[in-house]
Amino acid sequence: MGAATKAKSEANIKTVENATCTFCGCLCDDMVLTVDMDAKKITKAKNACVLGKALFLSHEEEDRPFALIDGKPATLKEGVEEAAQILANARFPMFYGMSDTTCEAQRQNVALVDMVGGTIDSTTSVCHGPTGMALQGVGESTATLGEIKNRADLVIYWGGNPAESLPRHFARYAVTAKGMYTPNRKKDRTIVNVDVRRTKSVPVADIFIQVKIGADFELLWALRALVKGRHVDPNIEKRTGVSLETMKDLVERMKNCRYGVLFFGMGLSMTRGRHFNSAAILSLASDLNEYTHFIATPMRGHGNVAGADIVVSWQTGYPFGVNFSRGYPKFNPGEFTATDMFARGDADAGLILASDPGSNFTQAAIDHMKKIPMIVLDPKLTHTAKLARVAFTTSHYGINTGGTAYRSDGVPIELRPCLDSKYPSDEEVIRAIYKRVEQLLKTRKKTKGANNKRRKAA
Amino acid sequence: MGSTLRIVNGRVYDPANDVDGKTRDICIKDGKIVKSVPPKTKCIDAKGMVVMPGGVDIHCHIAGAKANIARKLQPDDHRRDVHPRLDLKKVNTRSGTGGTVPSTFTTGYRYATMGYTTAMEAAVPPLLARHTLDEFEDTPVIDKGFYILMGNNVLLYQMLQEGRHEEIRNAVAWWLNATKSYTTKLVNPGGDEPWKGHRNATITQLNDKIDGYEQLTPRKIITSMVNTVEDLGLPHPVHIHCNNLGHSGNYKTTLETMKATGGRRIHITHIQFHSYGGKPNENPTSKAPQIAEYINNNSNITADVGQVMFGRSTSMTADAPLAWMLTRYSNDRRWVNADTECESGCGIIPFAYQEQVYTHALQWAIGLELFLLSKDPWRMVLSTDHPNGGTFTSYPRLIRTLMDREFRKQQMDSVNQKAVAKIKRGHHMEREYTLQEIAIVTRAGPARILGLKNKGHLGPGADADITIYDEHEDKELMFSAPRYVLKSGHLIIDNHEFRNNHEGKILHVAPGYDEGIKDVIRPFVEDFYTIKFDNYAVSDHYIPRHEVVPTAKQ
Amino acid sequence: MAETMILIPGRTTKQGVGLLESKFKKQYRDATTTVEINVEDMARLGLKDGCKVKLRSANGVTTVKCTGRKTEDLPPGVLFIAYGPPTSKLMGTDTGASGMPLSKHLEVELESVN
Repeated sequence: MGAATKAKSEANIKTVENATCTFCGCLCDDMVLTVDMDAKKITKAKNACVLGKALFLSHEEEDRPFALIDGKPATLKEGVEEAAQILANARFPMFYGMSDTTCEAQRQNVALVDMVGGTIDSTTSVCHGPTGMALQGVGESTATLGEIKNRADLVIYWGGNPAESLPRHFARYAVTAKGMYTPNRKKDRTIVNVDVRRTKSVPVADIFIQVKIGADFELLWALRALVKGRHVDPNIEKRTGVSLETMKDLVERMKNCRYGVLFFGMGLSMTRGRHFNSAAILSLASDLNEYTHFIATPMRGHGNVAGADIVVSWQTGYPFGVNFSRGYPKFNPGEFTATDMFARGDADAGLILASDPGSNFTQAAIDHMKKIPMIVLDPKLTHTAKLARVAFTTSHYGINTGGTAYRSDGVPIELRPCLDSKYPSDEEVIRAIYKRVEQLLKTRKKTKGANNKRRKAA
Repeated sequence: MGSTLRIVNGRVYDPANDVDGKTRDICIKDGKIVKSVPPKTKCIDAKGMVVMPGGVDIHCHIAGAKANIARKLQPDDHRRDVHPRLDLKKVNTRSGTGGTVPSTFTTGYRYATMGYTTAMEAAVPPLLARHTLDEFEDTPVIDKGFYILMGNNVLLYQMLQEGRHEEIRNAVAWWLNATKSYTTKLVNPGGDEPWKGHRNATITQLNDKIDGYEQLTPRKIITSMVNTVEDLGLPHPVHIHCNNLGHSGNYKTTLETMKATGGRRIHITHIQFHSYGGKPNENPTSKAPQIAEYINNNSNITADVGQVMFGRSTSMTADAPLAWMLTRYSNDRRWVNADTECESGCGIIPFAYQEQVYTHALQWAIGLELFLLSKDPWRMVLSTDHPNGGTFTSYPRLIRTLMDREFRKQQMDSVNQKAVAKIKRGHHMEREYTLQEIAIVTRAGPARILGLKNKGHLGPGADADITIYDEHEDKELMFSAPRYVLKSGHLIIDNHEFRNNHEGKILHVAPGYDEGIKDVIRPFVEDFYTIKFDNYAVSDHYIPRHEVVPTAKQ
Repeated sequence: MAETMILIPGRTTKQGVGLLESKFKKQYRDATTTVEINVEDMARLGLKDGCKVKLRSANGVTTVKCTGRKTEDLPPGVLFIAYGPPTSKLMGTDTGASGMPLSKHLEVELESVN
């Protein structure tokens, strides 16, 4: 990294170029960070968007204990011992999270769950998990974002609001970006936005199609029919809020573009229809390949959520919701996914890595997490950390810790940390727990179940 | 540490050192084969057994973005073939799943338990090299390397269009270094531009102009890369997946490609898929005799067969138009296309080869013809283009098919007879591969073609990657379950049991280049890629255990 | 009087910036406890910007502030809110064997608290 890191000795100010912002799925790797090494603060984050600026400029190493056990300060070693005991004694531990950490930590985390015979799930399941299931049904036509930047002349955003959730998506990849065959940026592209409400992403669009709430699937299916030249009843407008004429116009544009893209958000995967919606949009893009080159790709939220899918897939064959109770991976969404496992009360222990289900899972799931021994790793105090038996303070990936993160399109990027941290990385803590659990399991005579004793009072 | 071991009483097949079934001792010290070890060294008694170097797979698809999408795509393929972890108290292994695209750990374990110790992933877009290396870190036991896709690289197109040959040589060398890869791979050279940029079109002739590049043809791309790789002195020549894969009548393209190299070295991969006669869009016929004859007579050409095996497969390739074409012949509705900016395309579909289907049976028979007509096993080696023609776990069955004429006949009788009728009869059909020939096409040959001087043989200095098989009439049984497997001197399989885990290393090249080339590549990456040039090259963190295989100039 | 509406939780920049600061500070709390509502609906229900409303689903109830959006931006009968602890209270646990709770398109009853 030598060339990118220029030290100014006089004021102990360091500049780190080409650093990567890990906040959202854009994973922009063009940050220029000015770091005050004495104050341990990032003072400037050139090229960062509003979210990236918040990430870097608000970064502060809080003075928290290395670990909390039942809310009381503890050493790292004590935390590791307690966590290892919980996992070694659990019958059905649930591992969840992984979207805001490095692939190195994710890999170690899957190793740990494999050894203890637990269940693992990532935030994918409450993000584009349904899209992963749709992929298993119909495949996909996808591309890295650079290909889209270079070639796409028709860009359709559907059920997503990148202006607020992926702020540089337009400028870096798909709307105002300058590419090989799109030298005039937005002038060389037609931008369409399909949504149930007029979001902040709508103003950049040339065409806004407001679909009735809950009618995305019907609209997509009608478009598929039109692409295939089938008859569609004009009454479709009543159901979808979109006139047949508008649909036909869109279909003509799709068939006649040179390189078309459908970017879709959780407006499809999280709502009524879930994986059917995702399958419909993936199929629409595949169908269009009879006429031209067409892509459909989900817009993903957290920095390394794509990495979580990718790592779990290469290690187990399945993207999320994987159980190891039988000594090998089994996949079953709904059964082995985290929100179900917690809400049903199945899990008897939990390990949450770099995520905060305590603030966004269903109330029933949160209520169960309060009853069982939970282990949490996070740089910040979170709702989940507050309800945990053991909460580790870890360093921040991308700022304190290097490693790999995968962009939402699968492009892997090596992170460039800019500040040291006194706290260990997620990977180091998981490794330490792994080693201790391995010792415990290798020497143990009796089998599991001792967590009944350790269970918190309801 | 001086860990030593001696293998005694085994019949040794080490074709690279002209040892053909003689009983010899093999001595091992610190992971390498040596001339001798002290007399009191621990011994493995291989009486009644066959000793061979560890297998070397010259062409497979086992790790990286494409393989991983194929895994995600097929839960149905994994659930019927699970790979449990072993008892933690004995050996700490990882669980996984198999099927046509196994998880990484399962891939490593299954290669090892089959006696293979080296495998080369054959198609990686350079931008995604980190992904492949990440997966390699989780692919245990075996040594591995990968080839980078360079046949549709847009910057190289531009340079070639303008005749900037010196820059091409430097750029290719930079790319090999930046990705820690082993050689360059051409897949359907020139075919991505029409696919991505011109409504899914493709090219069919070596002299077709590539859209947008007046001076560019597949032929120019091929000759340029052949020359570049030869000039760089890479241990393995250009690895080519020719244009028109799978199309009837494509043998002409294959012959033309081989002739285009002007006598320079070239490796044609999965050549079975490129040996078809007939007219486009009609049923294929076999042109295996013509292809085999050309290769027999031209020592600059090497090839791996790409045998089709009946059963499930996954077609996954950088040749996106091919996967699109295959959707017409597949009952599975799943199709994946995945473009990588400025570098590659990709297509994936689940597939199954069926005995009763004319084309499938013919493809199977053409592969066998190529094996049986080959006069030089060193230059026509074994592969199934895993998992395209079949999985690597089907190699033992393929070996039996080559070694056992009765077994082959039985199969011939049970597949589509119209297809079998298209195959030339002759005494070659009676040929049975010997153990020595099997040792060549599965070990010594691939290692020599790859330029891996420490692999594929059992002479002093070689890596102690050794497989010991029980002798058995049923060669499928014999080759699927070795009694002992050593990797770098570590006993991995001991008396049929998996005893020790091991982490293999990355094999890559590091040819020299003029640093000035970065100033040429940098602006292109900054303009047309989406990551910074300074973030492109893979750092050494990704190859904690590695070996640089020297070029001819190093 | 309660009225049935469809609630769409989603990401916003404010919520994103807020969570980076702290989930236990004002910015995040404000961002996740403000529901957007169609202005015509507001007028009919006698609500003003900043009024508190109770949202009740089959699974739970939460109280948030409301703010108006024009009809062309947010259709009548539809509510929007940033993800956060209040939305957890309203989501159902049935994931339809997908792992994904219905997190958008939540049927809620809206009631003025004043």
